[in-house]
Amino acid sequence: MRVRAITLRILQQFIHDKRTMALMFIAPLLVLSLMSLVFNGNAYEPKIGVSGGAIPFTSALEAQNAKVVPYKSADLGKADLQESELDALVTLNGTSPEVILEGSNPTANRAVMMAVSAAIQNFHPANAGQGQMKPQISYLYGAEDMKTIDRFGPIMIGVFIFFFVFLIAGVSFLRERTTGTLERLLSTPLKRWEIVLGYVCGFGIFTVFQALLISWFSIQVLGIMMAGSFGYVLLLTLLLSMSALTLGTLLSAYAANELQMIQFIPLIIVPQIFLSGLFPLDTLPLWLQRVGLATPIYYGSEALTNIMIRGKGWNAIDLDVYALIGFSLLFMLLNVLALRKHRKM
Amino acid sequence: MNQVNPVIAVTHVHRAFGSREVLKDITLQVEQAETFGILGPSGSGKTTLVKLLTGIDEVTSGEVKVLGTLVPKLSLLQQIGYMAQSDALYTELSAKENLEFFASLYGLKGGNRVRRIADVMEIVNLQEHLRKRVDQYSGGMKRRLSLAIALLHEPPLLILDEPTVGIDPVLRQSIWKELRALNGKGTTIVLTTHVMDEAEKCDRLAMIRDGQLLAVDSPKGLLQSAGVASMEDAFLYYGGARR
Repeated sequence: MRVRAITLRILQQFIHDKRTMALMFIAPLLVLSLMSLVFNGNAYEPKIGVSGGAIPFTSALEAQNAKVVPYKSADLGKADLQESELDALVTLNGTSPEVILEGSNPTANRAVMMAVSAAIQNFHPANAGQGQMKPQISYLYGAEDMKTIDRFGPIMIGVFIFFFVFLIAGVSFLRERTTGTLERLLSTPLKRWEIVLGYVCGFGIFTVFQALLISWFSIQVLGIMMAGSFGYVLLLTLLLSMSALTLGTLLSAYAANELQMIQFIPLIIVPQIFLSGLFPLDTLPLWLQRVGLATPIYYGSEALTNIMIRGKGWNAIDLDVYALIGFSLLFMLLNVLALRKHRKM
Repeated sequence: MNQVNPVIAVTHVHRAFGSREVLKDITLQVEQAETFGILGPSGSGKTTLVKLLTGIDEVTSGEVKVLGTLVPKLSLLQQIGYMAQSDALYTELSAKENLEFFASLYGLKGGNRVRRIADVMEIVNLQEHLRKRVDQYSGGMKRRLSLAIALLHEPPLLILDEPTVGIDPVLRQSIWKELRALNGKGTTIVLTTHVMDEAEKCDRLAMIRDGQLLAVDSPKGLLQSAGVASMEDAFLYYGGARR
């Protein structure tokens, strides 16, 4: 009987908390659909540039499902390779092809290598096995021995920082509301924007240390590949924290308790991880790629990958930096407006 | 403050949340340096009414004027000491840190801040527990600390929502003595209560039930015109008379 009473009570609580119920049913579906889109997408089509001398090679590559872009000269191709527009550039050097891999993505590297070696065999079947056509391979970024962690490292740094700051800031702002201290604050001459800015500064100081520690640990202790400037890594992790902090405090306005705050994880965090560039985005439907453009982690991990793997500087990350600052400012503004729910002036 | 103008003037105030009317046509005035009690059972609209007085919440129709200014007005909040029904303290901080935080929000600085913190903690008799973390406080101690915070910036108007809930009778008496002393210095006090005998200590009393104002008068006046001996009977009389 008592077990029945507890069972019944739990069912009643679920029925009253429609949001939790919806989440139990809908969130797994959402995450699973995303997964199937990400992992079930078409096989990765490498984008290979082919410069002047190697043009005859084109059709053989295309037969291997590679996307081939012809270039008039090797230099033009190299420029695009540096911008990461291409996965690899093939030039004909004497009789054997020279392959320069973009290198930052092991998946793309493998796809290129498979396409190139198959194309060579088909192009000169007579020479197969004689070793004359063995391609010369070099890496623009990264290296042959780049491990998966090197590829995922920059993205995971961004993801974890975002995740923890989002939750902690969100729950702490939520507590202000549930314990009544928010109402107490709003009964003082404090302005709404002062609360929001105070939160950003207070947590901001903490996130500086967090960014320092996490970046240092990943690079020095875990030995994740680091080709660029440590200062930029710090800047990016910090900006990512800021966007997580401001989004967390904003969304806490729409959570009634800590549990409902945690429910934002499958809705806000998980989709961002899938769309962050951890998995090749090119295989996703276009609309889903566009959704990715509206998430802070996307910009954070793009910039971190550019710094840590490609060793790039300010010119490569400036847009990402502006995007993250823009997100933070937008979330702060929306939070000031959301606080109107509690006090209009 | 001009003696002619009331400290609080509430005129034909309605407050509805959606279709639910929480306050219906409330009109009342609070004079300077009096203790004005709002008496009513829980759910009668007391808390909504005091929130309208501070400007945290806004009227659906009618108007509220505090110290001659139309509410809501941000600068007015500097003139009001508000104690909410929930204790609204940062329990992971010490009492001192809580007091310092709220003192800063009201712009108290330096020596003045230190002096005021010592003063208010003495009023609520918590001076020995200043450095204790609030999560080690008992319910009554938290209530007193909450009151201390409302007194910090020496506001001319105090709005206290159920200030003496959970406080033992001896201490309750000493808090009333302090409130009286504040009245003597010209501070106006508005407080809500559902305790009938406590209501008798107010200078004037508003009886409220189901969002309607039943009567406003001095406790003595209310008893006399109802022709009853206890506040409880008076409440029943006015409540019944309206029906």
